[in-house]
Amino acid sequence: MICQECNQRPAALHFTKIVNGEKTEVNLCEKCAQEKGEMFMFTGGSGFSFNNLLAGLLNIEPSVQKQSQNTFHQEEILQCSGCSMTFPQFIKVGRFGCAHCYETFKEQLPPVLSRLHSGNWSHSGKIPKRIGGGIHLKKQVENLKNELKELIQQEEFEKAAQIRDEIRTLEKQLSSSNKGGE
Amino acid sequence: MSLERFINQAVSSWMSEEGPDSDIVLSSRIRLARNFENIKFPTLFSHEEAQAIIAKIEEIHHESSFSKFGQMELLKIDEIQPLQKRVLVEKHLISPNLAEESPYGAVLLTENEEISIMVNEEDHIRIQCLFPGLQLTEALAAANEVDDWLENHIHYGFDEKYGYLTSCPTNVGTGLRASVMMHLPGLMLTQQINRIIPAINQLGLVVRGIYGEGSEALGNIFQISNQITLGKSEEDICRDLKGVVSQLISQERSAREALRKTSNIQLEDRVFRSLGVLSNCRIIETKEAAKCLSDVRLGIDMGYIDHLPKNILNELMILTQPGFLQQYAGGHLRANERDIRRAALIRERLKMEQDKR
Repeated sequence: MICQECNQRPAALHFTKIVNGEKTEVNLCEKCAQEKGEMFMFTGGSGFSFNNLLAGLLNIEPSVQKQSQNTFHQEEILQCSGCSMTFPQFIKVGRFGCAHCYETFKEQLPPVLSRLHSGNWSHSGKIPKRIGGGIHLKKQVENLKNELKELIQQEEFEKAAQIRDEIRTLEKQLSSSNKGGE
Repeated sequence: MSLERFINQAVSSWMSEEGPDSDIVLSSRIRLARNFENIKFPTLFSHEEAQAIIAKIEEIHHESSFSKFGQMELLKIDEIQPLQKRVLVEKHLISPNLAEESPYGAVLLTENEEISIMVNEEDHIRIQCLFPGLQLTEALAAANEVDDWLENHIHYGFDEKYGYLTSCPTNVGTGLRASVMMHLPGLMLTQQINRIIPAINQLGLVVRGIYGEGSEALGNIFQISNQITLGKSEEDICRDLKGVVSQLISQERSAREALRKTSNIQLEDRVFRSLGVLSNCRIIETKEAAKCLSDVRLGIDMGYIDHLPKNILNELMILTQPGFLQQYAGGHLRANERDIRRAALIRERLKMEQDKR
């Protein structure tokens, strides 16, 4: 393949740009690429940081964009009461301002987080002691209930029955641990 | 100062000790990100808030001793010399970000340097445990203990649904980054690595060079870590990483065996040429030094060289970094002066082993 800029040297860099869903194929030789400044993403450093990547990721997420536009139309920009950060600001810097931001932007977060964490948007790891163990069980029950729904939809009734029994045992544990805590 | 004494002072336990599978895995690291519930994250916090956090950490450090991992020392970033900062970065005890871009940063370090707690980096608190060899489970257990200790004194930002709340949404949930540093010359020489890296990326893991994001794989050393922090438990994250690492270990071992079978003499030649360069050079750049050190380490692991200790790669890779060389020289050095110093240090270090025999 020949470089699309100089039409002389063989193309050494091949990449696809996607801007607002529009795909463009780019094939350049090393010299032209450097001249065009497209090399910035290969040399590392020089201003192309993780922040840019993250901001780009957040920006192309259609539901995020729609929601931030909606809030704009309602002339009510979402702002965190803990640190005064707004959602557009968050998208720009890719960092939250304080722990309270997670509560402020909770409507916008699921698509963002699930994109960053391969579809996950709910914590299932360690829990601080002061918050207690009840949450863990509650979470497990939640997950199992979702699984149950899916199994019923797929008409896998035998497996569904097993899950239902599991949920019952866990709910019993949950109610007894709650009583114990009181 | 004599080189021997300098090394003794400079080398952390993860560089000098051997852990499980340490012929291939140099070190295992666990990092936990935590934040105070009611204080703005370091991207936005005020000078007073930053000071308050450091004061709180100092108070915890003084009042409730956590002696299990030995005495701890608190260093404030604005109070230490630029060279010293650089040395801490080169030893992986603090991040470049803490050294360069965190004016209110501090670090709480244990004596053996296995545990460091970074304060006011991107998050208020980052607990880091660095162990030799493949010891993710052990490092996670240690990090959890430190976390439990701090949790007794600090109200962490935590949400039932999102877990530990962090400044960057890529860390939320467990706040855990588990990473393993591996020496993979066999996979490089047999050119399998280019095929393997994309496969690892598909599993939600990241492969990088020795000094983190954007750094080159100097001396065939690769860092492999998890990307996803939300929706998986700490144990699962470590287990998944360990699974991939174990695979890599066995592939690296079979690559080495294949090399021995198909090109034994060529490999031996390569190893001894590199040893020759290291023992005789007068000027050497980081890159060449790293390449030769990797060859020599491979030679030790495969039994071609028997008079050198295994940890020479870990040790000299760190000690020949610009910060260390300048600390040893006792002042600033230009790049070409460093190359001369580097050569001298390596020669002297190899001679130390010769003298021991």
